[in-house]
Amino acid sequence: MSALAEAPRARGAWAHVVYVLRDNPVTLLSFSMFAVILFAAIFGPALAPYDPLATDAASALQPPSASHWFGTDNLGRDVFSRALVATRLDLLISVAAVLLSFVIGSVLGAAAGYWGGWVDAGLSRVLDTIMAFPLFVLAMGIVAALGNTVENIVYATAIINVPFYARLVRAEVNIRREAGFALAARLGGNGHVRTLAFHIFPNALPPMMVQVSLNLGWAILNAAGLSFIGLGVRPPTAEWGIMVAEGANFIVSGEWWLAIFPGLCLMITVFTFNLMGDGLRDIVDPRRRT
Amino acid sequence: MAAATQGRVAAVLSRLMQALPVVFGVVLVSFLLTRALPGDPAAYFAGDAATPESIAETRAKLGLDKSMPEQFLIYVGDLLSGDLGVSLSTGQPVTTELARRLPASLELTLVALVVSCGIAIPLGVLAATRPGSWIDHLCRVLVTAGVSLPTFFTGVALIYVFYYLLGVAPSPIGRLDFVYLEPDRVTGFFLIDAALAGDFETWLGALEQLALPAATLALFTLAPLARMTRAAMLSALSSDYVRTAKAAGLTTGKVLFGYAFRNALLPVVTTLGMVFSFTLGANVLVEKVFAWPGIGSFAVEALVASDYAAVQGFVLCMALLFVALNLVIDMAYAMIDPRIGFAAK
Amino acid sequence: MLSIKDLAVSFRTRRGEVDAVRGVSFELAKGETLGVVGESGSGKSVTSYALMRILDAGGWIKAGEATYSGVDLRRASEREMRDIRGREISMIFQNPRAALNPIRKVGAQIEDVLRRHGKATSANARAKAIEALEAVRINDAAARAEAYPFELSGGMCQRIVVAIALACDPRLLIMDEPTTGLDITTQKAVMDLTRELIRERGMSAILITHDLGLASEYCDRLAVMKDGKIVETGPAASVFGAPQDVYTRRLVDATPRRGVSIRSLLPAEARTAPPPRPALGGPLLEVLRLEKAYPGKSGPVRAVKGVTFTIREGQSVGLVGESGCGKSTTSSMLVRLLDVTSGSILFRGEDIAAIPAKDFIRHPLRRDIQMVFQDATDSLNPRHAARDSIADPLRRLAGLSGARLKAKVEEAAELVGLPIHLLDRFPHQLSGGQKARVGIARAVALDPKFLILDEPTAALDVSIQAVVLNLLADLRAKLGMTYLFVSHDLNVVRLLCDHVIVMKGGEIIEQGPAEEVMDRPAHPYTKSLLDAAPQPPAPAPRLRAAV
Repeated sequence: MSALAEAPRARGAWAHVVYVLRDNPVTLLSFSMFAVILFAAIFGPALAPYDPLATDAASALQPPSASHWFGTDNLGRDVFSRALVATRLDLLISVAAVLLSFVIGSVLGAAAGYWGGWVDAGLSRVLDTIMAFPLFVLAMGIVAALGNTVENIVYATAIINVPFYARLVRAEVNIRREAGFALAARLGGNGHVRTLAFHIFPNALPPMMVQVSLNLGWAILNAAGLSFIGLGVRPPTAEWGIMVAEGANFIVSGEWWLAIFPGLCLMITVFTFNLMGDGLRDIVDPRRRT
Repeated sequence: MAAATQGRVAAVLSRLMQALPVVFGVVLVSFLLTRALPGDPAAYFAGDAATPESIAETRAKLGLDKSMPEQFLIYVGDLLSGDLGVSLSTGQPVTTELARRLPASLELTLVALVVSCGIAIPLGVLAATRPGSWIDHLCRVLVTAGVSLPTFFTGVALIYVFYYLLGVAPSPIGRLDFVYLEPDRVTGFFLIDAALAGDFETWLGALEQLALPAATLALFTLAPLARMTRAAMLSALSSDYVRTAKAAGLTTGKVLFGYAFRNALLPVVTTLGMVFSFTLGANVLVEKVFAWPGIGSFAVEALVASDYAAVQGFVLCMALLFVALNLVIDMAYAMIDPRIGFAAK
Repeated sequence: MLSIKDLAVSFRTRRGEVDAVRGVSFELAKGETLGVVGESGSGKSVTSYALMRILDAGGWIKAGEATYSGVDLRRASEREMRDIRGREISMIFQNPRAALNPIRKVGAQIEDVLRRHGKATSANARAKAIEALEAVRINDAAARAEAYPFELSGGMCQRIVVAIALACDPRLLIMDEPTTGLDITTQKAVMDLTRELIRERGMSAILITHDLGLASEYCDRLAVMKDGKIVETGPAASVFGAPQDVYTRRLVDATPRRGVSIRSLLPAEARTAPPPRPALGGPLLEVLRLEKAYPGKSGPVRAVKGVTFTIREGQSVGLVGESGCGKSTTSSMLVRLLDVTSGSILFRGEDIAAIPAKDFIRHPLRRDIQMVFQDATDSLNPRHAARDSIADPLRRLAGLSGARLKAKVEEAAELVGLPIHLLDRFPHQLSGGQKARVGIARAVALDPKFLILDEPTAALDVSIQAVVLNLLADLRAKLGMTYLFVSHDLNVVRLLCDHVIVMKGGEIIEQGPAEEVMDRPAHPYTKSLLDAAPQPPAPAPRLRAAV
């Protein structure tokens, strides 16, 4: 923020990230797993041993083997390649949705928490209405109404997550509205918007990071759940939710690999996001610095 | 004090009043969802085999040629008379379809919730009273793994293990194997109806069918409940009033349950509302996995068939159910927490 | 009756073992009241928790003996301890409201204790609980027993905590900072009441407090603790009057009391010549019929009811009152953070009350009217290093940047005695006193004409308070600032102010020159405030000169 402290600050921030990763093995593990997932998302299509869409009736429903690590599905497609390629799509949906809800929720929540009054009352009503729906059901309704596309999955997921951010930011801003440092910022010549944006809001970041990590997990589950019931992504696109849905038909006859492998991918990704929460919080929280 | 009781009654009333705008909002959103259908709603409601004439007829019938506020009033009027339109796929009124299938969903949800509360709350309490012990670690593992499990995946995995590998579970084909006769409908809950009819065999059959889907849902809701119970119990145990109680020589049981647990229950009850929301959503997925004939699988079938009246009816029905449940939860909260009457404005 | 020998308590923490108490020994006779005095972190509370065996998780008694009437408190079984707690030894805690179960009626909480120790049956528990409430002089006890803690005032809650502690007629009462968070008049009422009850019942007591004045007024004997050890014990009058230990002496010196000057709060070797009193100029700030009302359920609530006063250039004015008297609302309006309902604030003749608070940020006078906030921790942005906190107003209001900004920040730090190398630290890496200095540096860096000090020392230990008060006095002389010192503590105000304004219920009830108001209060409320402040015996001056 200031020129005079920038150089040591930048170094300090990097050192802080290293410190957080070293301090907590769970955080290190989760960030490493995230790096692997990110790698799969970026290079997955290039690395996949088979074309995820190429069908081969001759080798349908083969159990896992050296040539097909995760086996093949009923159309003879390679499950490993499909699961690998799906990483990018699933990650994109959840990150885009969480980013959208983070931004919208932060702006709305911060305004409501700081100014209160009718802004707050109005926002609360809207949030109450959204929260009055079971969230997955609302997402179903939104996708059904807006149309069955991937973008609409992102919007629906973003909408159902906005209340979490908005409420969290509202509460965090509200308790700091009259805090000494906020008043001091105003005495120091900062207007309301500046005080809110540069002095109060950054203090809400640590708890929000925990929320972000949880939400990334939910967002993936939500998107996969929607495609599981036939919304959003459409076959034959490789996507974990669809793959589990397709594989579910074969589970009763014992062809477990069709559903279990994409399901495990989904689970491990969500698990990674959930584990990352505390680490993300520690990174954005200067009080963790020693 | 009399004032406190009075305050509480007033709080309950004002909570009821607060539900009104929410119900209004829910109705408005579901109305907007109906009108936001891509393309021409009339074409959708008229169905696939519609001719331009039948579409125009549907448009007039649905009142889509009128202004939005007028349409909204008509929509509300229809709702009040219990009319949610006709399902394309079954040809029955949506209201009838939902009413027929609702007990199946409720039975599944409630059993799952009771099971999950029954495990999660004692687990959370035990973990909080013995920090660092094996039960604490177990709780932590369950909590982190539990929130990462996609319900539909858990369901599929359970079917594979218990039906295909072990053969202890019946095949996942709904509420009752066809060898049994459905019990006479009293409440629509098979467990209750079978018990009322004194038909133990059917009761057991229904329970067997229920076990896996309920376990799937319960596993899903276990994590947030156990996490909140543990956290709330920990913060209550480190509070000043628990220290006062200990310093006064009260017994461990009294301190734990009379003082700490009752206070810890407050945030747990709040979380229960959130968990309900998750459960009702997860219900849809679990019903599809287990071919459970509830409103969730009805909605999924309707989605596939582009049967929008049915989908909207389902969304509205779920939302109203959830509003009602939240109301009950808030009332329960007000019963536990005496401060509520004064906090309410 | 109670004998403690070489008691040591440790805590297991993530960073290894921490010794909180390292070898404490004292004896307590029947009917005696012992004061355990120390600053934060001295281990005084931990000692008492160890006696009751209610240490927080990770804490354990590492060594030493504690015997109460022949019972070995260190080795007694948990069952035996439960019988002792509440029946033999009782304890009352700080923050009375939090010490009560928020969702249980206070009467029921007393019944729990009575029934536990077999002092009542379910049939007569209610009546006995009401008796216990009456014993602590609660009027209308039957109705109060039906109340929840949140329905009662802080002072009333503390009486109920006392009632719970005394319900089973214990023989020893341990009081852990029993008056924190209470107003000074309430503090006196609660302390007088407990002293009376302790005497009536012939009990022994231990009073744990950071306030040497309070301890020496209410205790027979004092034990002064520092870093987990007792540094001095003795009769209250002699510990306070003729402290033998260096630390005790510093603590005694730093305790504000009647008849001392601001410099004598400091350790003898740090005392310099008192700062010169600035000459008073013309009126700097004229406040006329200032009023603030908030909309309430039944009509507007008037927090400040038309106050009028004048502050002259170079003057230091004290604004005194208990919580809720309107002093904070008044200072918020003066510093232009809060819009006024009516009335005017003339700053060198210009009515700044007419400018809305949100526009005052761009007013040239913004630089001239600044404030130092109550809680140094709360008033520094946890995400900003000390340097950024001081620099922000300079950048925004003085338009400084680059090397000039850096120089000015370091100049301000130097002015308040903050080492330059601490400037790159975050608030959580600074001590309480250092944070207070950052807060002061931020305000004075702008060279304000008028500085409002809102209880700037309320959260500090007395020895640090002494240093900060002296710093403020020096800065005033050096920079020629005018002060408005807002405080609840008349003894502190007396040290720093020439003029005093006393507020109660949103009105000014008395104002005048400091000595006059302090020594000859005209209003009975001012008098009761003065009387309520603990009056420790004055230290013997000759003895001190000799050491």
